[in-house]
Amino acid sequence: MPLPSAATEFTVADARQALRSGKISAVELARASLQAMAAARPLNAFVTETPEHALAMAAESDRRIAADEPRPLEGIPLAIKDLFCTKGVRTTAGSRILEDFIPPYESSVTQNLWDCGAVLLGKTNMDEFAMGSSNETSHFGPVVNPWRARDSNQNVVPGGSSGGSAAAVAARLCPAATGTDTGGSIRQPAAVSGIVGLKPTYGRCSRRGIVAFASSLDQAGPMTRSVRDAAILLNAMAGMDSRDSTCVDLPVPDHEKGIEQGVRGLRVGVPREYRIEGAPPEIDALWAKGAEWLRSQGAEIVDISLPHTRHALPVYYIVAPAEASSNLARYDGVRYGRRASGARDVMELYERSRAEGFGAEVRRRILIGTYVLSAGYYDANYVRAQKVRTLIARDFDEAFERCDVLLTPSTPGPAFALGAKSHDPVSMYLNDVFTVTVNLAGLPAISVPAGLTKTGLPLGLQVIGRAFEEPIVLRAAHAIEQAADFAARPNRWWDAG
Amino acid sequence: MSVDEKTVRHIARLARIALSDEQVAPMADELNGILGWIEQLKDVDVSGVPPLTSVVAQRLRMREDIVTEGDEAEALMSNAPQAEDRFFVVPKVVE
Amino acid sequence: MSGHAEITAQYIRGAQGDWEVVVGMEVHAQVLSKAKLFSGASTAFGGEPNTQVSFVDAAMPGMLPVINRFCVEQAIRTGLGLKARINRTSVFDRKNYFYPDLPAGYQISQYKHPIVGEGEVLLDLPKRTVRVGIERLHLEQDAGKSLHDQHPDHSHVDLNRAGVALMEIVSKPDMRSSEEAAAFVKKLRAIVRYLGTCDGNMDEGSLRADVNVSVRRPGAPLGTRCEVKNVNSMRFIAQAVEYEARRQIEILEGGGIIHLETRLFDSKSGRTRAMRSKEEAHDYRYFPDPDLLPLVIDEAWIAEIADGLPELPDDKKARFIRDYGISAYDAGVITAERELAVYYEELAQGIDPKAAANWLNNEVLGRLNRDGLAISDCPVSARDNNAILRMMDGGTISGKIAKDVLDIVWTEGGDPERVVQARGLLQVTDTGAIEQAIEAVIASNPDKVAALKTKPNLLGWFVGQVMKQTGGKANPQAVNALLQKRIGIAEKG
Repeated sequence: MPLPSAATEFTVADARQALRSGKISAVELARASLQAMAAARPLNAFVTETPEHALAMAAESDRRIAADEPRPLEGIPLAIKDLFCTKGVRTTAGSRILEDFIPPYESSVTQNLWDCGAVLLGKTNMDEFAMGSSNETSHFGPVVNPWRARDSNQNVVPGGSSGGSAAAVAARLCPAATGTDTGGSIRQPAAVSGIVGLKPTYGRCSRRGIVAFASSLDQAGPMTRSVRDAAILLNAMAGMDSRDSTCVDLPVPDHEKGIEQGVRGLRVGVPREYRIEGAPPEIDALWAKGAEWLRSQGAEIVDISLPHTRHALPVYYIVAPAEASSNLARYDGVRYGRRASGARDVMELYERSRAEGFGAEVRRRILIGTYVLSAGYYDANYVRAQKVRTLIARDFDEAFERCDVLLTPSTPGPAFALGAKSHDPVSMYLNDVFTVTVNLAGLPAISVPAGLTKTGLPLGLQVIGRAFEEPIVLRAAHAIEQAADFAARPNRWWDAG
Repeated sequence: MSVDEKTVRHIARLARIALSDEQVAPMADELNGILGWIEQLKDVDVSGVPPLTSVVAQRLRMREDIVTEGDEAEALMSNAPQAEDRFFVVPKVVE
Repeated sequence: MSGHAEITAQYIRGAQGDWEVVVGMEVHAQVLSKAKLFSGASTAFGGEPNTQVSFVDAAMPGMLPVINRFCVEQAIRTGLGLKARINRTSVFDRKNYFYPDLPAGYQISQYKHPIVGEGEVLLDLPKRTVRVGIERLHLEQDAGKSLHDQHPDHSHVDLNRAGVALMEIVSKPDMRSSEEAAAFVKKLRAIVRYLGTCDGNMDEGSLRADVNVSVRRPGAPLGTRCEVKNVNSMRFIAQAVEYEARRQIEILEGGGIIHLETRLFDSKSGRTRAMRSKEEAHDYRYFPDPDLLPLVIDEAWIAEIADGLPELPDDKKARFIRDYGISAYDAGVITAERELAVYYEELAQGIDPKAAANWLNNEVLGRLNRDGLAISDCPVSARDNNAILRMMDGGTISGKIAKDVLDIVWTEGGDPERVVQARGLLQVTDTGAIEQAIEAVIASNPDKVAALKTKPNLLGWFVGQVMKQTGGKANPQAVNALLQKRIGIAEKG
């Protein structure tokens, strides 16, 4: 299918070049995206579109470009996951409890992006409070993956929780978007939507102004159509923030520089525990192919063991709900957010506001978290989980003595049909089996589109690095990207009319 | 590790989430499904292992004792479901 | 118990025998900082509602805490002042519970790993010194304020206090009477005020005490305690302990049992009552706050803070006893407030330090008490008091006149020496003038003169009359000597 506008095909790097060389104006670029967004509403990728903001910011970018004072992301239109607070623009976290919340402040990461000249197109749909792997828990309805299996009319999920961002980037509604990743929420949707998703090292990007899910795991990152774009966005998003105690005070290198250096001499670890029973053979085959790509470019492939891998998901489903149960206590209907009407006392106000305001998955996780922290269960659950988490982190430390990066599949399978797993929480949680370890250890990891299933759905490969070694991760990812030469794209089935 | 309906009611109360009577039993089943799966951690040998406190290898940063913010009641209360004379308003609390 | 080995039993007599009251305290002392513990909002008292509230304090989505270095330093200072161990690593935990004035649904506090460990406080009681152990000191956030009396159906929430830094200082259950409980808070208040870490203002809530009271038969194990919340004056602390002990004894003697509970002190009635809202069992689900890292303190920083500590009440007291030779009791009273000790040292310059201590304790403090003033508001400076005492010591004025001069300067102001001059208050040592007065008194009281023969005690009455005659200005010793001489003559004649 021909595209209505070439501008929407631009990567961030393309757009940067086109804008600076005057081939297109920022306003034109923003308009192209806004049009594509309007046409793609069946995907339900956006909770809030912000055309006025987009055009005003783009006009300012055009002035800067005309004055020959462009900032690094001048005029680049972006979609922002609705977990980032945006000043004066409704921020819902995909939840009914925040359906009318308008933050009087801007998240540090989005502020960094605006300071670099980026343009806000809108806020993307997501699993409620980032709790989900299919974007089906959103109060604003599920997001539909722009991809469909070959010769199928069946809608599939875009993954989650950053499903709206993944769908928007995959469907060419914008060149790039922000996501957040607590257990795989950037990488898993990126993988099943055929795009690049980078979760930086914990502490690389500020968490200030991002609605918290699990504080010790949450990290913002870019979702793009190329590895280079991920590097460009990370340059803008990352950096020290004196208002986040967990944000690291380390200089931000130029991540774009050196991504083409290749992988010669790089030791690439292949962790044997990531070969799981019951996974489709295509996953293993792609993984082997990925290793071969890197080997043929001069990397050394190393067999690695991460013995505690299988405990990662249970640890995650103790630690994340525990932190979430506390982080979400602030949604009480007192200072902001939804308040149940007619409550006779404060207890009823709380109980009903929260029961009405939170969806089923969020309620479930709050109760799990409350339970594992409660008296008598705390040591056996939470403390034990944090001990196992230490073991998982040590596995990585030991592995990284023998290799420089790890290569794994991103997901145990491709996108699945809407509703296929929503009635079985544990099977849903298993989607994050390859991504969650990285969050527990705080490491950087990227998912790169690497191939298609027999039925034509995208799959990704994941590269994991040492803390703050994003440049090496990006370099390896770029090598995979080059070898995979992933040119497939979704049909524009949603734009029938 | 298994929760009964009484426990479900108790934790729902702690979490301030209203559960109707019909919701209690299914929620107990769901929680037991998840908790049963989590239970495998019991088999991990964690003797002598410290719990992870932070994945960030750095010292706690401190701020100076300077007033930099806080006098913005209008913005603060702009999302309040109920407010009066610059107070947030809730149903009467009995101490 | 260790601190009580030397104590004579002070039991409460119940209907069925003696009981011992056991008191432990949790004192919340507001750190004297400009900004809050984890945000840059002001801590000033009395602001318009919700005008000192950052988005962090209001727990707006995505807002994160960053700790105030000064508050950490004050906690360390206070810990050192309590002769306590400073923990090199401490951890901030979340204490989870729902309340309208607790915006995040949790309070950031320190649970298992507080910044300060065990220490001690010495209580100066009139006849003995009691050692009270400090269990710990930790940093935590204050909550906001709920106002319940503005509307019949609503409570109003003001978050100005939310996030203000508090030091929670927990004592061991080492106190055995209401007197000791009040003395503990008084001493703790003195220490934090000496250190400048808290202003100790109980009226504004900068210092608040929760009192844990239990009773037991002498020698028996500890009884079940009740926690009495928010007792905000020394007098109320004593009252609360007394009331609560009597209440518990009555229940126990009636065959009942005490339930662990939180009670509120009502200052109007002097009683305690169970809190209705806290009936539900607590489960605070403490866990380390993932928004913060462990707080690691360098030895060097602790040493630097220790170097900057002022002389504290106990050391000052010891020095006053040693250097000024005043009684332990006087020294304890004078060093209870840093300002008072400073005042005393200026007052005692170059004069008899014991006389200075007596003068300060009896005359100056008496008047301050009468007028409800603090030493910092004393209308007569230490210098002027020193001048008065010098005049008295040098015989320029009598003791009686000295008090009059103090009264005059107290109410009207002015320089004491000029007051004495201007009002002719100089002591009369001129024997002629005194003799004249004696003659006048003898002449108008022949009956008393006669009575003197059988009642030599009446001489005092004559001295008083002569002093009166001279307007108090006569030197009493001179009057006494001259009177004896004159009356002896009269006897012969």
